[in-house]
Amino acid sequence: MGSLGTVWSEFLGWLPHVQLAHFLIVSAIMFSFGLYGVATRRNAILVLMGIELILNAANINLIAFARYGGVNLDGQVAAMFVIALAAAEAAVALAIVLNIYHRFQTVNIDEVSSLKE
Amino acid sequence: MASHMLKDAALFLPEIALTVTILAAIVADLIFRRVRAVVPGIVLAGLIATGFLVLGQQGSSVAIFSSMIAVDAFAVYFKLVILLAAVVVVVFSFGSAELQTGGRKLGEYYALLAAAVLGMMLMAGANNLLMMYLALELSSISSYLLSGYTREAADSSEASLKYVIYGALSSGLMLYGISILYGLTGSLDLATINHIVPVVISAGGPPLYGLLIAGILTLAGFGYKISAVPFHFWAPDVYEGAPITITAFLAVASKAGGFAMLIRFLKVTFFDATGVMAAAGTWEAVRGLRWVDLVAILSVLSMTVGNLTAIWQNNLKRLLAYSSIAHAGYMLMGVAVLNDEGIAAVMLYFVIYLFMNLGAFYAVMLIADKTGSEDIDDYKGLGSRAPFLAVALAIFLISLSGLPPTAGFIGKLYLFAALINKGWIWLAIVGALNSVIALYYYVRVIRNMFLRTDEQQSAPLSLSGMQMTMVLALLVPTLLFGLYFGPLVQLAQASVRIFGAP
Repeated sequence: MGSLGTVWSEFLGWLPHVQLAHFLIVSAIMFSFGLYGVATRRNAILVLMGIELILNAANINLIAFARYGGVNLDGQVAAMFVIALAAAEAAVALAIVLNIYHRFQTVNIDEVSSLKE
Repeated sequence: MASHMLKDAALFLPEIALTVTILAAIVADLIFRRVRAVVPGIVLAGLIATGFLVLGQQGSSVAIFSSMIAVDAFAVYFKLVILLAAVVVVVFSFGSAELQTGGRKLGEYYALLAAAVLGMMLMAGANNLLMMYLALELSSISSYLLSGYTREAADSSEASLKYVIYGALSSGLMLYGISILYGLTGSLDLATINHIVPVVISAGGPPLYGLLIAGILTLAGFGYKISAVPFHFWAPDVYEGAPITITAFLAVASKAGGFAMLIRFLKVTFFDATGVMAAAGTWEAVRGLRWVDLVAILSVLSMTVGNLTAIWQNNLKRLLAYSSIAHAGYMLMGVAVLNDEGIAAVMLYFVIYLFMNLGAFYAVMLIADKTGSEDIDDYKGLGSRAPFLAVALAIFLISLSGLPPTAGFIGKLYLFAALINKGWIWLAIVGALNSVIALYYYVRVIRNMFLRTDEQQSAPLSLSGMQMTMVLALLVPTLLFGLYFGPLVQLAQASVRIFGAP
């Protein structure tokens, strides 16, 4: 128990000194949640939200690397493009989901499968 | 700076012309609501004009806009393939009964098609990871909409949903991979990454694992675009559900863009610039990263899964979808070879694949427009009902299976020759075995058309002169390139030069 307490206090000491690693960990957690959402959710809207999480995890990575890598601003510029693109993709995806709802009266991906053999 | 931009813009003329075409198509769609031929006419003229502008770029090898985009022989070649496929698909679409149902307005359809072509052309030239991602998304987003264009059809709606979910996921994974790659190398430019990759590899430990993960995630994006196993799950459903013109477009143009991008990415980023000089026209992969084996594994999986699943299909469109997955596998063999011979073989194969695959899809479309079915059982007796079309389809299918004297044989011959010259014997054997499996399901269609009679003696199918010309326009190259292929091979071999690579 003692060692666990030490680890915990070390963690608490590490936490306020924000560095690259903090951002990468947040981004990795977001990426995992996104992937988990895509894999487990059957509602098309929730799947799309999982995909948004993945895109934003990548954005955090890009910006954090640009900020702490100290090399160039490419990453920040890339993130701007990705934000705009994610909006366009979400618009198209939601239009398609709306059309699916009109056609099938459901947005459950498993129920929309007339094309299976 | 400004003069640089202007000089670069001159090399960007084809893409600018295509952008103008897209805008003109949208405006014309608003003005000429009643005349059906205006928008396709504009898009067709724009595509052909773009093609001529691309032809004018032959011989240049530079990177423009701060090396965002490369203009080199390799890009020019793939742009021409994409444009040719797009022109054919526009002509298909104009005659398609499926698209015309319900008095649908098709103006936006052609504008979106041109936008997808623009994305694919940018994919062929993209020399920067951000540019690659943006180009991929431009072509993907247009394709999502196109595959669901016949909104009232349940199949088409479902296809677009599956496409958008798999597509967005794959490109999201790719972007995450790109972000890690950026973090490790500090750059999004392919050439700069190439300088830093050996440093990362020699560092070992966590950076090396990061590089591996980034590489695999990025490969997911490319694999989705070329529909290689295991990133192929969208392909059968989308190919079956989408309007058949779009299926043909995705199977050829989209795949060409994806392959151009994949080859450029692997070659420019991961060739070994520091190692011993290899013989001219070949290169070594960067040490410590076995991505060549990864490509070979993808290739074997794509061929085998594609062909073995195709055997069980009864819908010809779905069968052709699996066959296109298998073809992605054949072409990946050429990528794994790591020399100019292999790349040239892939490029040669693409031109041949364009004619035979578009031809097969066109024949299926004409038959589906007349009989309302894509089921292979409904093809019984077609040899007597529509002899010309049946013979044409048979030739396209034989070419897809790779038997002489068709062009498909020449394509496979050069691919296998490149493999064997480099010593990839086991991969060549897997490829040859797969060709035999493929023959089985293609022949099944041909047998149904000619050797089975259909019970309810249906009326013969007639073709218009226009349709006949179109079939012939695809049929003649399929046969001609099987016998007289010298110039095409030379063109492919002259176009392998990639900017910034050995």
